[in-house]
Amino acid sequence: MSALMDQDSSGMFKVQQTIGSVVCCKCGVPMPPNAANMCVNCLRSEFDITEGLQKSIQIFYCPECGCYLQPPKTWIKAQWESRDLLSFCIKRLKNLNKVRLKNAEFVWTEPHSKRIKVKLTVQAEVLNGAVLEQSYPVEYTVRDNLCESCSRFQANPDQWVASVQLRQHVSHRRSFFYLEQLILRHDAASRAVRIKQVHQGIDFFFGNKSHADSFVEFLSKVVPIEYRQDKQLVSHDVKSSLYNYKYTYSVKICPICREDLICLPSKVSSSLGNLGPLVVCTKVSDRITLLDPRTLRCAFLDASQYWRSGFRSALTSRQLVKYSVFYVEPPVGEATVGGQKYALSYVLIARESDIGKMLTVQTHLGHILKTGDQALGYDIYGANVNDDEMDEYRLHGRLPEAILIKKCYDKERERKKGKPRAFTTKKLPMEMDESRGGRGVDPGKMENEYEEFLRDLEENPELRFNISLYKNKNYQESDETASMTDGEGAPTVPIEELLAELELSEEGEGDGEDDMDE
Amino acid sequence: MATRLQFENNCEVGVFSKLTNAYCLVAIGGSENFYSAFESELADVIPIVKTSLGGTRIIGRLCAGNKNGLLVPHTTTDQELQHLRNSLPDQVVVQRIEERLSALGNCIACNDHVALAHTDLDKETEEIIADVLGVEVFRQTIAGNILVGSYCALSNRGGIVHPHTSVEDLDELSTLLQVPLVAGTVNRGSEVIGAGMTVNDWTAFCGSDTTATELSVIDSIFKLREAQPSSIVDEMRKSLIDTYV
Repeated sequence: MSALMDQDSSGMFKVQQTIGSVVCCKCGVPMPPNAANMCVNCLRSEFDITEGLQKSIQIFYCPECGCYLQPPKTWIKAQWESRDLLSFCIKRLKNLNKVRLKNAEFVWTEPHSKRIKVKLTVQAEVLNGAVLEQSYPVEYTVRDNLCESCSRFQANPDQWVASVQLRQHVSHRRSFFYLEQLILRHDAASRAVRIKQVHQGIDFFFGNKSHADSFVEFLSKVVPIEYRQDKQLVSHDVKSSLYNYKYTYSVKICPICREDLICLPSKVSSSLGNLGPLVVCTKVSDRITLLDPRTLRCAFLDASQYWRSGFRSALTSRQLVKYSVFYVEPPVGEATVGGQKYALSYVLIARESDIGKMLTVQTHLGHILKTGDQALGYDIYGANVNDDEMDEYRLHGRLPEAILIKKCYDKERERKKGKPRAFTTKKLPMEMDESRGGRGVDPGKMENEYEEFLRDLEENPELRFNISLYKNKNYQESDETASMTDGEGAPTVPIEELLAELELSEEGEGDGEDDMDE
Repeated sequence: MATRLQFENNCEVGVFSKLTNAYCLVAIGGSENFYSAFESELADVIPIVKTSLGGTRIIGRLCAGNKNGLLVPHTTTDQELQHLRNSLPDQVVVQRIEERLSALGNCIACNDHVALAHTDLDKETEEIIADVLGVEVFRQTIAGNILVGSYCALSNRGGIVHPHTSVEDLDELSTLLQVPLVAGTVNRGSEVIGAGMTVNDWTAFCGSDTTATELSVIDSIFKLREAQPSSIVDEMRKSLIDTYV
């Protein structure tokens, strides 16, 4: 007996137990005892646990988009013999909660036989605790049926349910270029059915109202907008009171752009703490940043605040003129506003076209201007502005003669003329508005504006923050370094910020992972 | 030879009857079928007594006995006790015992020489068992169950125990009881053997759900095939003499 006794960890003697064998009560074959005391075959012949379970079922498949119908209305996208398809197939079976599902797998069928076979292994309890496991095949008959959206698309490919009409009533398209890059980066217009470029704006068409809704939400986060929503009745089902509408969102982007000069109405000026009547807009995101160039004070207006007063800019970037800087005095004050450093100093400048007339003005660009530089600014003295407020101030002689906005890199750019840039950008698939004749967009003008936009990107790193720029494959670095022998070159985008384009053989393009900066 | 029968459409024959070598007790059923089945087998050999215990019909589970005596629980009424004393042969001692565990049929499994008892039985009860039934008492469990009377069916020639009994346990019990034992089932895989059948040295009665395989196992372990009542009685006498010598 001692041979049979084991000592376990607690120090007690435990007799080793070997399971004996009994005979199956039905067929007499010796077997280890189980809860039913019948061998597996006898149990199986007695109890069929797959009784009452569905063995064949019909499912609907849309050949256009590759989706399977889950009644009543959902279409689930799944690949042939994928895990999603397997879970979908299992979900379609009724009564499967009566047994426990152990395993499910696909049995190979010819793809165009329109049959899917799944082998299910189920476990169920029979007869006082004995658990029986059985596997059985389920056959699914696949029937082709276009899903709703595909059938609607087939009937009329240009069908849209919601449209967003984005407008900005200014004479340039800079904001739209920037917005285009932002949209590409965040993939906000991926669900748009059509995108159309029109005068002073872009139209986006969506198949679903919620897509348009989320697009407008996205816009409200990146630019200050005001919008209204309207709907138009398309069809009306009297019996079930279902109304089919087309929704239109009219979105207006605030007309204040970067580098604009604004003469604030006195009410706004005093509400912002007597911010000097002339302010420069330095940044437009979901808020407008206004900088007073004489006091280096900043104010932020968000969309609702702006639209309450709705002032327009006095001078826009089209009216920038070149100035030559002759002398920059050491700065009298410095400030860092919104991440940007500014230094207030007096400079001696003269207009390029009128070199003789020297002016001494205050500028906030004291940190970057040096003697011999060129700068762009607004000639307030000579400007013809249709603004009552500004006229009043002018009368009282309280306006400066010129305000400098940014440094001009034209001389440096001369050297790089004709050479390709280190980066490229992607474009949204937009249709041009051909139909409007004379009021349509002029391609030459567009080119110039785009060139200016790219220059803007190069000069301002903060603009590049939310945008993806891609490496230009045609660009050779050797050209650039050879020519840069003296002084500083024009500002360029550092190479670490560029993304490599991922080229897949089947698809077009995707984002690469080359970016070390972000 | 094992017989299949039912008590009022219930296959648990061991609940409603008690069979020993000297007598047989049956419960009072609605029809006479149960009684006549026993009678056809046992008519002239041993007395068949219809009774109730404590007003219930589950007599097989309430009493324990062999050819020497019968133990009944404290719930037995005086009339029943008297009836039993009158009906049974004189050499059978009928004793009522005061025991907390009153389902003696579940707690005690016995043949004419040895008995297995519930582990929590009183010391006095154990003495009474040894005295009245003339057996050696062992406190044991069967496959971890303390209700030894329910999970085994015992006769002088063999026994069936709970199917989950391990090989070592089987050996141990066999050594104690000095009879061959097998782990088996009755009534189509039921583990409660004591309730499903009742057996003595030459015949056995099982529920009608018992399959042919189970029946053959019963026949072989209790050696019923070649059994005749008279030869059994003679053999018993011989073996008795053997042990006392």
